[in-house]
Amino acid sequence: MNAAINQKPSLLETIIRKRWLGKGFLLAIAILALWKLTISFLAGPTIFMQQVINGFQLGFVYALIALGYTMVYGIVRLINFAHGDVFMVGAFVSYYAIADLGLNTWPAKVMPGLPSWLSTAIGVISVVLLSMVSCAFLAYTIERIAYKPLRNAPRISALITAIGVSFFLEYFGALPIAFGPNFVTYQRPFEVVNWVISTSGIVALEPGVAPPDNTLIISNISLYIIIISLLLLFILNFFVRRTRVGKAMRATAYDKPTSRLMGINVDGIISVTFAIGAALAGAAGVLYATAFPQVYFAMGIIPGLKAFVAAVLGGIGSIPGALVGALIIGEAEVLSAAYISTPMRDAVAFSILVLVLLVRPTGIFGEPSREKA
Amino acid sequence: MFKKIPRTNLLFFGGALLVFLVIQIAISTHLLNDFWSTIIRIGGVMAIVSLGLNLIYGFNGQFSLGQWGFYAIGAYTAADITYRWTNLNEATGLSILLIGVLLVGGAIVYLRSLLGKIRGLDALSAFTMYFLATLVLGVLAVYLGQWVGPAVAGLLLALPSGISLQIVFVLAVIIGGILAAEVSFLFGLPVLTLGSDYFGIATLGFTIIVKVLLDNSDTMLGFAEMKGARGMIGIPKITTWFWVFLALFIVVLVMRNLLHSSYGRAIVSVREDEIAGKAMGVDVAEYKILAFVIGSLFAGLAGGLYAHINGFLHPSSFNFIRSFDPMIIIVLGGLGSMTGTLVASFTWALLLEGVLRLVLPQGFETWRFVVYPLLLILIMLVRPSGLLGTYELPFLRQLLPPLKAFSKSNSNSANPESGHPVPLQEATK
Amino acid sequence: MSKRLFVILSLVIIASFILPACGGGGSSTIKVGLLAPLSGAVPTFGISTQQGVEIAVKEWNDKGGVLGKKIELVVADSQCSADPAVNAANKLIDQDKVKFIVGEVCSSASIPVSEIVNQKKVVQISPTSTNAGVTVDKDGKVKPFTFRACFIDPFQGLVMAKFAAGKGFKTAFVMYDQGNDYTVGLAEAFEKSFTELGGQVIGKETYIKEDTDFSAILTKVADSKAEVLYLPDYYNIVNLVGAQAKDKGVTAVMMGGDGWDSADLDVKASEGGFYSNHYDPGDTRPIVVEWLKKFGAAYKDDQGQPKVPDALSTLAYDAANLLIAAIQKAGTEDSTKVAEALAAISWEGVSGTITFDALHNPIKGAVVIGVAGGNKTFAEAIAP
Repeated sequence: MNAAINQKPSLLETIIRKRWLGKGFLLAIAILALWKLTISFLAGPTIFMQQVINGFQLGFVYALIALGYTMVYGIVRLINFAHGDVFMVGAFVSYYAIADLGLNTWPAKVMPGLPSWLSTAIGVISVVLLSMVSCAFLAYTIERIAYKPLRNAPRISALITAIGVSFFLEYFGALPIAFGPNFVTYQRPFEVVNWVISTSGIVALEPGVAPPDNTLIISNISLYIIIISLLLLFILNFFVRRTRVGKAMRATAYDKPTSRLMGINVDGIISVTFAIGAALAGAAGVLYATAFPQVYFAMGIIPGLKAFVAAVLGGIGSIPGALVGALIIGEAEVLSAAYISTPMRDAVAFSILVLVLLVRPTGIFGEPSREKA
Repeated sequence: MFKKIPRTNLLFFGGALLVFLVIQIAISTHLLNDFWSTIIRIGGVMAIVSLGLNLIYGFNGQFSLGQWGFYAIGAYTAADITYRWTNLNEATGLSILLIGVLLVGGAIVYLRSLLGKIRGLDALSAFTMYFLATLVLGVLAVYLGQWVGPAVAGLLLALPSGISLQIVFVLAVIIGGILAAEVSFLFGLPVLTLGSDYFGIATLGFTIIVKVLLDNSDTMLGFAEMKGARGMIGIPKITTWFWVFLALFIVVLVMRNLLHSSYGRAIVSVREDEIAGKAMGVDVAEYKILAFVIGSLFAGLAGGLYAHINGFLHPSSFNFIRSFDPMIIIVLGGLGSMTGTLVASFTWALLLEGVLRLVLPQGFETWRFVVYPLLLILIMLVRPSGLLGTYELPFLRQLLPPLKAFSKSNSNSANPESGHPVPLQEATK
Repeated sequence: MSKRLFVILSLVIIASFILPACGGGGSSTIKVGLLAPLSGAVPTFGISTQQGVEIAVKEWNDKGGVLGKKIELVVADSQCSADPAVNAANKLIDQDKVKFIVGEVCSSASIPVSEIVNQKKVVQISPTSTNAGVTVDKDGKVKPFTFRACFIDPFQGLVMAKFAAGKGFKTAFVMYDQGNDYTVGLAEAFEKSFTELGGQVIGKETYIKEDTDFSAILTKVADSKAEVLYLPDYYNIVNLVGAQAKDKGVTAVMMGGDGWDSADLDVKASEGGFYSNHYDPGDTRPIVVEWLKKFGAAYKDDQGQPKVPDALSTLAYDAANLLIAAIQKAGTEDSTKVAEALAAISWEGVSGTITFDALHNPIKGAVVIGVAGGNKTFAEAIAP
């Protein structure tokens, strides 16, 4: 089979060397997917674009959660299963803040002279901040109690502990003395306004009146979500790239023993990472509950899983990867719900993950794999 | 003339027989009622699944979350076969699947020897070839099965119904196991080339995909009797303690013998240090697949048994949260310890569904899901190597190096995966 | 700790778990079991059911119990799904030695439980499981030990179809949870009846109960311009869908089934909707007025006001009464005789006069409740 060096390789050899069979298989799947997408687009361009927008809304929320997973994994190689439940706590905290304390209305009460959009915006930001702070505190506590003692233990023990913390948060939250087992209807911190975008301009949607054909509907929920997510991502990026703590985080993720030698307080940095990740999840909790106004103790399981998939897809440990992965997963979810069938959407998301991993074993932006199997 | 049997063997077999008889008598005399006997049988089934996972992860070092997906495949396959037999009196499903798994199994073995001669064939291309072969043979099996089906049904109907039911049951469970093993082979081939964490995630994806497919089994896959996400009912409840124990016993024996052999040493060497193993001539990919397939076979068998305990199956029992159960069990029991897994599975079943349900005052039943994770966290903090650590019953004990995962050099603090050479003082540990 | 000690300890722990298995003697009370979803997706259903049953049991006990013994209620949480319900049922029957069960609320749990009770000869009456398959097996034969206190889904689907057609609606979009026997049954029944009455079902979509994002489906609904959106699911899903529907420009009138009936139904999200139900609290029949007084005296809602019983409490009350009355009528605790007595009974319940047909289903009418202006108001009554 291995001919002399000067001879041209036979066709069979080329097929095997260049791995065409395997690549052909993946290519066939990719072509099928593209074909399906194109047909769907041509069948109804406006609906397609509407679904794409729906997907973006979902994707940004996933991105915030995914960042927590990716940052924690990058620094301690732990898949923090309790992250989705921190998200749930953030949602509940904001629920109590809005429903019981009316936190989103304080600017209107204290400063009645402000234009309404500004006071609503400040109110919403206050709620988000409260959730972020609570979740950061929660994560810090969890880290100190459950994860820190296991820093030098086998990784699987830390993983099982994370699973335990996740179960505990869920089921303790389900107890009547905590959040209760009910599905609580969430009160949005602002009034929902929908706009109809058509070729003739942007008009507010009136309830009870059907929108005309070939128009897109955007709600201010999506705007809030996208704007707040981008803001947080921008702040995070600035933090990680331009501040000393951020630099310390990057260094610890890169090489922990050397960072310690260079005088970085590795333990503290790890705690900060957990806290920041949790804060983002808390914000995501508020946004998710606003979009899908129902909070309950198990609400974090599935978004947590999808965000985790997104983080892996983008390359776990990579911050831009988390964003890209989350957007892909969000889009994949909505488009497959629209054009294949809703119950299949999880399968599609995971199939995408497995296929991408086969091509790029560490995710899209992941570091090149060091393991040679 | 009478060869001396080692004492450890006698103790083990004798002990096993004793355990079986004690529990069987307790069940037959109704000392243990239905509630408890169900829990014990579930414990046994979990033990089989967990042993399989222990082989894949504890002994072979591959972090797999896919065990539960194979469990589901085995369960639904076996359930469908027996359901069709008892309710529709047709053996076509049985025939199709029997012929199918045999054909595919043969093809895999044949292709492996063929492809092994080709150097440099990457895993993905090999997978493509196996996949195509499976598709072709699958279609062939459907036609053959439909042709042969009525004859097989007639043959079985000629036997007394009790015996034919047991025959169909045993065949169904075995077919479920082999099908799971074949799927695991196909899936594992490309996926085992991924690094250990990513392999875990890919297998998690597999479990979820299986669950989604089961949710849609009546709408998309056309198996109306499985009733998709509503849950399949009407499965004959014929898994007795005898069958569970027999399966468990065989699995333990097979695993023990596997681990005592050179195959076993090779499998463990993959866990210890892949690169060193390769340097010593161990075909790492081969043994990873071997462990994965055998572990999945066990999961499939366990699934088939499970389906016939309660007589109904629900896709939500196979969701990814429940997929952590075998992982939790083997870590609790002690990775790399078969005895630990056995103890932990039964304890887990008895504790979670049995004792905690009864011990907690009425109205606080749901607190058992709060106590359970707290216990879990506590045990991990206090004894991270698991309840039994690396202890093994003498019969099962292997002469192997201590589990690397629990030595200092693999912990988080000096993680070689940070991509830089491990500082010299760590490497010489 | 030495390893051997650990092993022995583990084995001892296992052995001690087996010990509680022995035990359980006779008693001087009649035990009635309750399978209700106290946790999981629909806990208000479970709590309402428990409250209704407790009032019934208390009433009987105040009058001296039945057959000279007090009634002891044993409650088990079945979480509205098959696995936990089966475990709970087994525990009630095997551990607590219960021979009469009120439950479950959800059809998807009642069906597997009905198989167990018929095998073990335990009388089961479900207050609210409406799926036809609860009382009959797949060959269409009635299960001797299983009964229900409510109407069945083929009738319920017909009710809403009649209502929708009566309002002049011609097009409908149906969405349902494909993993729930209740919703699947109702959706099928509605589609069949609506088509027979001249309407057209122009779209059908399925989802699973864990879904929160319905934007994809609702965009399709809006695009189809259907006049009716039939959503026969539980209130938690209705809340989510309702909130998102308005955002996506859906103008269809939302309609559903008795799963909507809950204090936790978001009246803003389901504004303008209608649902079929078992009874109307505004009914002027003396037995209903009496019932509201009794219930309001015993239970208060979150605001401290006397709680208005929903359909679940009412049906649970009727179901428990039926069961205990049957025990009295049979004159014995033998479950087979009680089942026979129950099959032949006629009882004046709050939700109507209840007699069972050959398939152990009561012959009852339904009401349609509308959600308007933040209140639930009576719209129409539809007889069988």
